[in-house]
Amino acid sequence: MTILDQIAKLGQGGLVVVGNLGRAGMIVALALLGPPDFRHGPALLIRQLYSVGVFSLLIIAVSGLFVGMVLALQGYNLLIRFDAVEALGQAVSVTLVRELGPVISALLFAGRAGSALTAEIGLMKATEQLAAMEVIGVDPIRRVVRPRLWAGIIAMPLLAQIFNVVALWGAVIIGVGWLGVGADAFWTNMQDYLEFRRDIFNGVIKAAVFGGVITWIAVFQGYNTVPTSEGISRATTRTVVYSSLAVLGMDFLLTAVMFGVN
Amino acid sequence: MTEFSSETSNLIEINKLCFGYKQRAVLNGVDIKIPKGRVTAIMGPSGSGKTTILRLIAGQLKANSGVIKVGGRDITRMSRNDLFLERRKMGVLFQSGALFTDLPVFENVAFPLRVHTRLSDSMIRDIVLVKLEAVGLRGARDLMPAELSGGMARRVALARAIVLDPQLILYDEPFAGQDPISIGILSDLIKRLNSALNLTSIVISHSVPETAAIADYIYVIARGKVADCGPTQRVINSEDPRVHQFMHGLPDGPVAFHYPAPDYRSDLGLDSTSHPSWPK
Ligand SMILES: Nc1ncnc2c1ncn2[C@@H]1O[C@H](COP(=O)(O)OP(=O)(O)OP(=O)(O)O)[C@@H](O)[C@H]1O
Ligand SMILES: [Mg+2]
Repeated sequence: MTILDQIAKLGQGGLVVVGNLGRAGMIVALALLGPPDFRHGPALLIRQLYSVGVFSLLIIAVSGLFVGMVLALQGYNLLIRFDAVEALGQAVSVTLVRELGPVISALLFAGRAGSALTAEIGLMKATEQLAAMEVIGVDPIRRVVRPRLWAGIIAMPLLAQIFNVVALWGAVIIGVGWLGVGADAFWTNMQDYLEFRRDIFNGVIKAAVFGGVITWIAVFQGYNTVPTSEGISRATTRTVVYSSLAVLGMDFLLTAVMFGVN
Repeated sequence: MTEFSSETSNLIEINKLCFGYKQRAVLNGVDIKIPKGRVTAIMGPSGSGKTTILRLIAGQLKANSGVIKVGGRDITRMSRNDLFLERRKMGVLFQSGALFTDLPVFENVAFPLRVHTRLSDSMIRDIVLVKLEAVGLRGARDLMPAELSGGMARRVALARAIVLDPQLILYDEPFAGQDPISIGILSDLIKRLNSALNLTSIVISHSVPETAAIADYIYVIARGKVADCGPTQRVINSEDPRVHQFMHGLPDGPVAFHYPAPDYRSDLGLDSTSHPSWPK
């Protein structure tokens, strides 16, 4: 292959990327802007909330429990060297609320709900259901994509908070119940240190951003899939890979903006 | 129901339509006129672009060039929103049926009513049952699409396509996969709908006897062009060799059965002197 061919190929690849970004942008714009549908919208949204919530709730709660237990164990082993085990509550809760809660639940959400979304929409495309909807005069971007996007943006912060609560509970079981940190010290230190605006609110924002990005990627991959069984399976894989990378990258950016260096 | 605005007697006028998927040209200057209130059949060999024409008329594909006027308005130049409004006046039966797999039969048929009208539940129920009765599947209302046979699924899709009483119905191969009794009932239904409600119907079909029974006009598409058109009997008895071959199912003739391919012998490596290459 000559250098010229390679340059041409690079250019072609670039065009594909730009084209895809454009289409992905169009999809969110059409889904989120545009007049709200008060008649069907709420029911569709609630159905999607229910479906993504049920999809991810159990796996997020179980993972939360183990993450909390591990955090308490490691935190204790570290803190005891400085004779500061009373700080366990604040150490665990800050790590959870700021970082691990949103990030781990987002990664689980991408694997569980995101991949299912891509497969669902890809299959609707492959079986011409999206085309049928269009000729019935219903815009599939409003009917199918919009409620799923909003459901992701709303459900993700809730799931992250559930993760936090369960993980904290796991940390208490290990820290207070097993390792014998004083319950009073644990809770008081935690409450003194956590700030609503800085920690909890920022954690919720993070989770909402992750939820939006994951569902956006999932929905676009489904919508843009090659309508064959192979195409759908590839798109599903891409959803998990891209959205996991996006979550981790976004997390760094958001952390830098929200917490900076102090 | 709003009407397609048009004074002419042609509901659809297609002029010099060209379309291709990626590099492959499929339609190359097609002119079609669909008269109002009649059944027009579009026939042609497999892969000749019939489904493509249907999707262009429904505005799901964008023409490379040419004009598609439906009720006097050019579909190719319509905004996204106008297109969705225009489509409410059309019913489309897809080749695969395309039922919504997460809804039972009843809700599939009710779907257009629920999104486009504010009828009460009991009205919707009545309308849906009437349409399901017309296709002989009133008893199947609670089944899920996965529980239907291919032929049944397509009849449910037909009920869904006519539930809003559209003015234009596009049928993509309504007879494929149906048993002889259903074929009789369906062709009867298409004809009855057309005369009773003064609809305009476009039927895409391969099968000559069924088409001959219901169509007033026939267009034959071959090699990206209109090979012949006119009143049914005239086209079926056409002298044009391509049309003649198609209508009578003759294996030898100007219409190729094969998708374009390199020479068969050299493709198999039987001809050692020449390398496999594409014909010009
Ligand atoms: N999505 C697509 N991408 C690329 N090429 C396509 C696509 N759909 C159809 N084609 C090509 O366009 C041509 C016309 O296809 P079309 O589906 O319109 O044929 P048809 O006349 O409906 O055939 P059949 O009677 O078998 O349904 C075919 O040669 C096909 O290979
Ligand atoms: Mg076809």
